[in-house]
Amino acid sequence: MMGTMNFLQAINLALKEEMHRDEKVFILGEDVGRRGGVFLATEGLYEEFGDRVLDTPLTESAIAGVGIGAAMYGMRPVAEMQFADFMLPAVNQIVSEAAKIRYRSNNDFHVPMTIRAPYGGGVHGALYHSQSLEAMFNSIPGLKVVIPSSPYDAKGLLKAAIRDEDPVLFFEHKRAYRLLKGDVPEEDYVIPIGKANVVREGDDVTVITYGLCTHYAQQAAAALEKEDISTHVLDLRTVYPMDREAIVEAAKKTGKVLLVTDDNKEGSVLSEVAAIIAEECLFDLDSPIQRLAAPDVPAMPYASPLEKYYMVTKDKVESAIRDLAQF
Amino acid sequence: MHKHERAGLQKDDLLYMYRTMLTARKIDERLWLLNRAGKIPFVISCQGHEAMQVGAGMALERGKDYLLPYYRDLAMVVHFGMTIEDIMMSNFAKEQDINSGGRQMPGHYGSKKLGIVTGSSPVTTQVVHAAGYALAGKMEGKDFVCLTSFGEGSSNQGDFHEAANFAGVHRLPVIFFCENNHYAISTPLDRQLSCANVSDRAKGYGMHGETIDGNDPIAVYTAVKAAVERGRNGEGPSLIEAVSYRLTPHSSDDNESTYREADEVTEAKGRDSITTFAQYLKELGFFTDEDEQAMHDEIQAAIDEATDAAEAAKYASPESALLHVYDQ
Repeated sequence: MMGTMNFLQAINLALKEEMHRDEKVFILGEDVGRRGGVFLATEGLYEEFGDRVLDTPLTESAIAGVGIGAAMYGMRPVAEMQFADFMLPAVNQIVSEAAKIRYRSNNDFHVPMTIRAPYGGGVHGALYHSQSLEAMFNSIPGLKVVIPSSPYDAKGLLKAAIRDEDPVLFFEHKRAYRLLKGDVPEEDYVIPIGKANVVREGDDVTVITYGLCTHYAQQAAAALEKEDISTHVLDLRTVYPMDREAIVEAAKKTGKVLLVTDDNKEGSVLSEVAAIIAEECLFDLDSPIQRLAAPDVPAMPYASPLEKYYMVTKDKVESAIRDLAQF
Repeated sequence: MHKHERAGLQKDDLLYMYRTMLTARKIDERLWLLNRAGKIPFVISCQGHEAMQVGAGMALERGKDYLLPYYRDLAMVVHFGMTIEDIMMSNFAKEQDINSGGRQMPGHYGSKKLGIVTGSSPVTTQVVHAAGYALAGKMEGKDFVCLTSFGEGSSNQGDFHEAANFAGVHRLPVIFFCENNHYAISTPLDRQLSCANVSDRAKGYGMHGETIDGNDPIAVYTAVKAAVERGRNGEGPSLIEAVSYRLTPHSSDDNESTYREADEVTEAKGRDSITTFAQYLKELGFFTDEDEQAMHDEIQAAIDEATDAAEAAKYASPESALLHVYDQ
C-alpha cells in the first residue's frame, strides 16, 4: 500500500507505527500532548497512547536528560525539541552525556534515544526559529545526526533512529513539513543510518547535499536538463558519521563537485565533505570544490527580502551548477 | 529509647554502618598516600561524608532502587556493593575497573549490575537522569526509587532546577540528596546560596524538604527512609540536605590553605563521624576498643591486598580506546 503524504504526515506515521510496535517507545517534549506539537508532528498520538506522550515543563535540558535516564533504564524515548534553536540549553546533556555514556561506561550503559528537532528557515521564523545546528553536532563521536530529505526518507529514517541503540539527533526541515509530498508505503520499512543515497544519476556535475536542499538540487537538475547539463545528486541522509565511500564515489563520478547547505558556509558539515574528497580523490577532480551556503551572519533575518536573500533556493543551486558545468 | 531504636536499626545494622564508613575512610586515606607516592594521578575524597552516605544508602533497597551518585560518594557505592578491589582497580585505571575499564577518572561511579548509574564530571547532569529513571519506573508500574546526590554548589545549576521541577510536576520517586560540605572547591556556602538551607528550595518544587546533621548516620537514615516511603507511595520526590564538612582539600590537586584556615578544619574534625559514631557504639556497649582495633586491622589487610592486586593488574590494551563508541 502506498499513500501520498507530506513530510509531516510521514513523521507522524513513523512515530505512530513505532509506538504500536514497541511499548518502550514514548514521546516527551513541550506541547506534544493534547496540542500534538506546535507543528502537529505528534497530532493524534496523545489520544491514542495517553501518558506515553508526555507534555514536559519548558525545560530543554531535562527533556534531553530525562530521556537519557529513561533510555539507560531501557526505554526508547523520542524527545521533541520544539525548535532546533531552543536545544542549546540541552547541549551539555546531549554532548557530555548521551554521546559519551556508552564509551565512558565501557559498554555497560547505552542511550537508545532519538531527539527530533525542526530546523531551517523560510517560514518567517527569524533568528531563533530558523537555525541549522547540525554543524554543532557533526564532530561528536557517539552521536548520530540524521536529516531526511523526503517524506519517504523521513518515515524510514525516523523508524531506524528510534530502533537505533545509540542517540540520534533527527533534524526535520520545517519548510519541508508541508512543502514536500510524496509516496510513502504504509507498511513497515527502515532506511539504514550512515548511508548516503544517490537521488539522481548524472555525468557533468555532482551535487552533494542533504535535507531540504536535496529537493532544490533535484529541481535545479531537472531544469538544467534542457541545457544538456547532466547532474548527479547525492543526499547524505546522515551527516554524522558520514558515508565516506558514497561521497568519494559521487565526487569521482563527474569530477566537479558542488556542495549545498542552508547552514552558513564556514565550518558547515560540508567542510568535512570537502576534506574527505581532498583526502581521498583530489586528483580525480576537474575543478575546485564549490560550496553554496547561507552567508556567514549570525542567523536568518525576519523581513521577507532579507530572509529571501539569506535562503538557498532552487535558482541559486541551478546557477551554481551551471557555473560549475561551464568551468 | 535510643535513637537507633526509634529508627528501627539493630546492633548489627549499626556495626555494618560503622564498618562501611570506616572502610571508605581507610580506602580514602590509602588513596592519598598512593597519590603522594606518585602511584595514582588523582584523588577526589569522601572524608567527612561517610556518615551521610552510608545512612542514606542503607535506607534504599539494593538490587531494586537506583543510585545516581556524584564523585564524593565512595562510602555510598561501597554500601551498594563496590568492593575494595573494585575501587582500587578504578583508581589505578586498570582494565578491571568496573566503572569504565580505566577510561574515566576515579570517583565516576557506574555499574549496571549494582544499580549505580554512570556519571560524568560536569556537575549535576546525573540529577536529571534520576528523574528519567524514575519516570521510566512510573511508566512501567515499578515501585523503585532513585537517589541522586550532589553538593551544595551543584544545587545552583540549571539541571538541578530542571530535574527538581520535572520530578515535582510528575510526582516522581526521586530523592534529591544534597551533601552540603560547606565548600564548592574554594567557594564557601555564603557565596553559593542566599537562602539559609538548600532544602528551603523544596517548597518551590512542591516537594518535602529538610536539613539534617550529616555527621549522624542514624538521622540521615531516618530522613531518607521516610523519603523512600513517600516515593514508593506515590507521594513524589523529596529534597534531603545533609550537612557536614569536607575534611580534605577538594582534590589531590587543590591547595586549601589559600581559602580556609587550618583551625576551621581542626574544629570540624572534632565532629568527625568516624570518631563520634564509634563513641556512640561504645557507649551502647556494642563495640569495644579491641573490636575497633580488630576492625581496623581487617579492613587494612583487605586494602593492602586490593592495592597490590590493582597495582599488578593490567591496563586495557591501547587500541581498546577505539571500542564502544557505538553499538558494535
